[in-house]
Amino acid sequence: MSGTWSLIRLALRRDRIALPAWILGIFVMAISGPASFQQLYPTQAERTALAQTIDGNPAMVGVYGRIYDVADAGGLATWKTAPLCLVLVALMSLFTVMKHTRAEEESGRRELVGAGVVGRSAPLTAAILVALGANLLLAVITVLAFLGSKMPVDGTLYYGAAFFGGGAIFTALAAVLAQLTESARSANGIGVAVLAVTYVLRAAGDSGTQSWPTWLSPIGWTQQVRPFADQRPWVFLLIFGAALALLALAYALAARRDIAAGALPTRLGAPEGSWVLSSSFGLAWRLQRGGLFGWTLGFALGGLAAGTLAKDVSSMLAGNQQMADLLHTLGGARSFEESYLSLMFSILGIVASVYAVSAVLRLRAEETEGRAEPVLATGVGRLSWSLSHIAFALLGSAVLMTALGLTAGLAYGSPATLLGAALVQLPAIWLLAGLTVALFGLLPRLSSAAWAALVVFLLIGELGGLLKLDQWIMDISPYSHIPKLPGESVSWSPLIWLTAIAAVLLTAGLTGIRRRDLTA
Amino acid sequence: MTVAISVSGLRKAFGPATALDGLDLTVNTGEVHGFLGPNGAGKSTTIRVLLGLLRADAGTVRLLDGDPWRDVATLHRRLAYVPGDVTLWPNLTGGEVIDLLGRLRGGTNTKRKAELLERFDLDPRKKGRTYSKGNRQKVALVAALASDVELLLLDEPTSGLDPLMEEVFSECVKEVRQQGRTVLLSSHILSEVESLCDRVSIIRKGRTVETGSMADLRHLTRTSITAELSGAPNGLSTLAGVHNLDVQGTRLRCEVDTDKLTPVLSALSTVGVRSLTSQPPTLEELFLRHYEDDLS
Repeated sequence: MSGTWSLIRLALRRDRIALPAWILGIFVMAISGPASFQQLYPTQAERTALAQTIDGNPAMVGVYGRIYDVADAGGLATWKTAPLCLVLVALMSLFTVMKHTRAEEESGRRELVGAGVVGRSAPLTAAILVALGANLLLAVITVLAFLGSKMPVDGTLYYGAAFFGGGAIFTALAAVLAQLTESARSANGIGVAVLAVTYVLRAAGDSGTQSWPTWLSPIGWTQQVRPFADQRPWVFLLIFGAALALLALAYALAARRDIAAGALPTRLGAPEGSWVLSSSFGLAWRLQRGGLFGWTLGFALGGLAAGTLAKDVSSMLAGNQQMADLLHTLGGARSFEESYLSLMFSILGIVASVYAVSAVLRLRAEETEGRAEPVLATGVGRLSWSLSHIAFALLGSAVLMTALGLTAGLAYGSPATLLGAALVQLPAIWLLAGLTVALFGLLPRLSSAAWAALVVFLLIGELGGLLKLDQWIMDISPYSHIPKLPGESVSWSPLIWLTAIAAVLLTAGLTGIRRRDLTA
Repeated sequence: MTVAISVSGLRKAFGPATALDGLDLTVNTGEVHGFLGPNGAGKSTTIRVLLGLLRADAGTVRLLDGDPWRDVATLHRRLAYVPGDVTLWPNLTGGEVIDLLGRLRGGTNTKRKAELLERFDLDPRKKGRTYSKGNRQKVALVAALASDVELLLLDEPTSGLDPLMEEVFSECVKEVRQQGRTVLLSSHILSEVESLCDRVSIIRKGRTVETGSMADLRHLTRTSITAELSGAPNGLSTLAGVHNLDVQGTRLRCEVDTDKLTPVLSALSTVGVRSLTSQPPTLEELFLRHYEDDLS
């Protein structure tokens, strides 16, 4: 184990931005529950009414889980935020462990480290300790914040422990996955798939008549601790037992394999390029298609859920004037269903912008990782190379919003209206894509500042209505200008303006790309 | 004789750092031209300017009678490039990358591709992420050598190859020359340049310090002589052009400026020579002399 401490310090140095950002983000999400639910549902009668409506709605239970206790705001607060927080905690643990284990081996840096005075399992131990440390810190600050907002002490402690337990399980799972494949990318892919399956199992168990699927899911376990209701300490045995078993498996696998090798055999691929690989667009398709498929599937499921939930939203809000008012503030003066759907579409429009920005940023990754150079040394010009990826940002986001609108329409009824309501988000999404292209072309080193812009617009949209921000601040965000469909009349001029600005940014970026040096 | 590459007074700075400081380079059509220099001398930067990936700050650059910055697409169909540090797409196989790059250049010679895969002993079915550095290099080499282009720009192409594969590479370059194609071969592996190249340009700190054929450059340096004489040598140390003289009894070692060999040899033969070995200057020695001040 010699060298573990040095490797921990190295990992913390490399993660000095990423880990605090994860922790802070999840922390803000976790504490938003107590604050908003104490405000929105101050009396027990209101909470009981909400809990009954929700527990009677399989879709709602599927997404968030059951409400086990309404005696105080704690049960409700964690009901709403815990599932998403746990998903984020799982992702943080997975990516952190993978970054310092498999990704290091894949890049060859592990060899450099391995030649120094470093124990065989030191890198694995260091990665696990860093991830566990991050989870522990997150759990502690969350507990302190809950106690600060007058949540019950014992329930809060149970909640914190369950929070940490969820992180520990996925840390241990990542440690196992890091031993299996040769590439960190596929290991992360398997990890995310496992996470999705555990989420679906919990959803199936909670919303169906049989509860056993919940007990197959680590995410289900963390909720079955029931911190603010009839606490079940024995579930911790399951949680930490599983984490320890996975850790033991990881170390056993690590001891039996060579460095850089995986426990799973690697498959061979095609010896020749198919006809698709004959143009820069074909290459972009090969590189982007997996992402596009996954995102489209996600948006189709999201649309299905939104459409199903919209049908029940009226009955859910019947007993709660405050929530109804909030929905009006965010969605405009229309029927609850329409407000709800337009809110969902505008949120998912921002999510689709994440896809668009990352599709454009692929260009920057290709450039800095040296894979653009061999392509640009052939007959492919910079313009067609850039456009081949930008096409995915522009058309791919249209595919996502189409999938969203159609599935929501099928679940709710009136597909044509909802398709329009989904597609109306596109100009704002394209503006973000255009901004990213402009940064890439003109200020390539600042390309990832596109993410910062997206976060600022997101915050303006999320908080603007609640904080009653001045209109000029709201106007900064392109998403503020999108008509709130369904329900409102379509005003074309903001849509045309947004598209025009997107086109100007895109042109500026493409001009920049043609004129600047390619960086290596 | 027509000229494939003509560079004069090329300057390129990255912020405060000057990478190229008035570099000159002329590569004739049909020759294999060695492009020598230590790491950081500006070899890769020059090649990237030739490829239109970087824009020259000053100087003139002509490539296959075109402007490498302006006429990108047309020029690139006539050349192939092997970068010094090859990175592949992790989820594409080597065979897919070879076909892709070939087609983007305007077509691959399938027969030659199969033959090259065989000679370089490369499995085209493996994914990019699983290749070692040497195998990634082979993927780029096969992709470049399998295309029917006029000009090959090779940036330290043998880094990562084992000696056996270096031999295969040398054969391939010789075949390319027989076909009348032009090669610019950057390297700091001197023996490779020495055996393959018709002419050599040596650069340092972004400037060309020497250019010429191997024969042109040899006169600049010294021949090592080891001799066993009949008697003790006298007066050798006073002869012009003799360096590092070491006499032990009748045995003698020294280095002689190559153009001063005649007087030295006649001085030795007056004493009487029992055995004599002379070694022509290697490019290493030539190179070391140009960078002497850096090394000391």
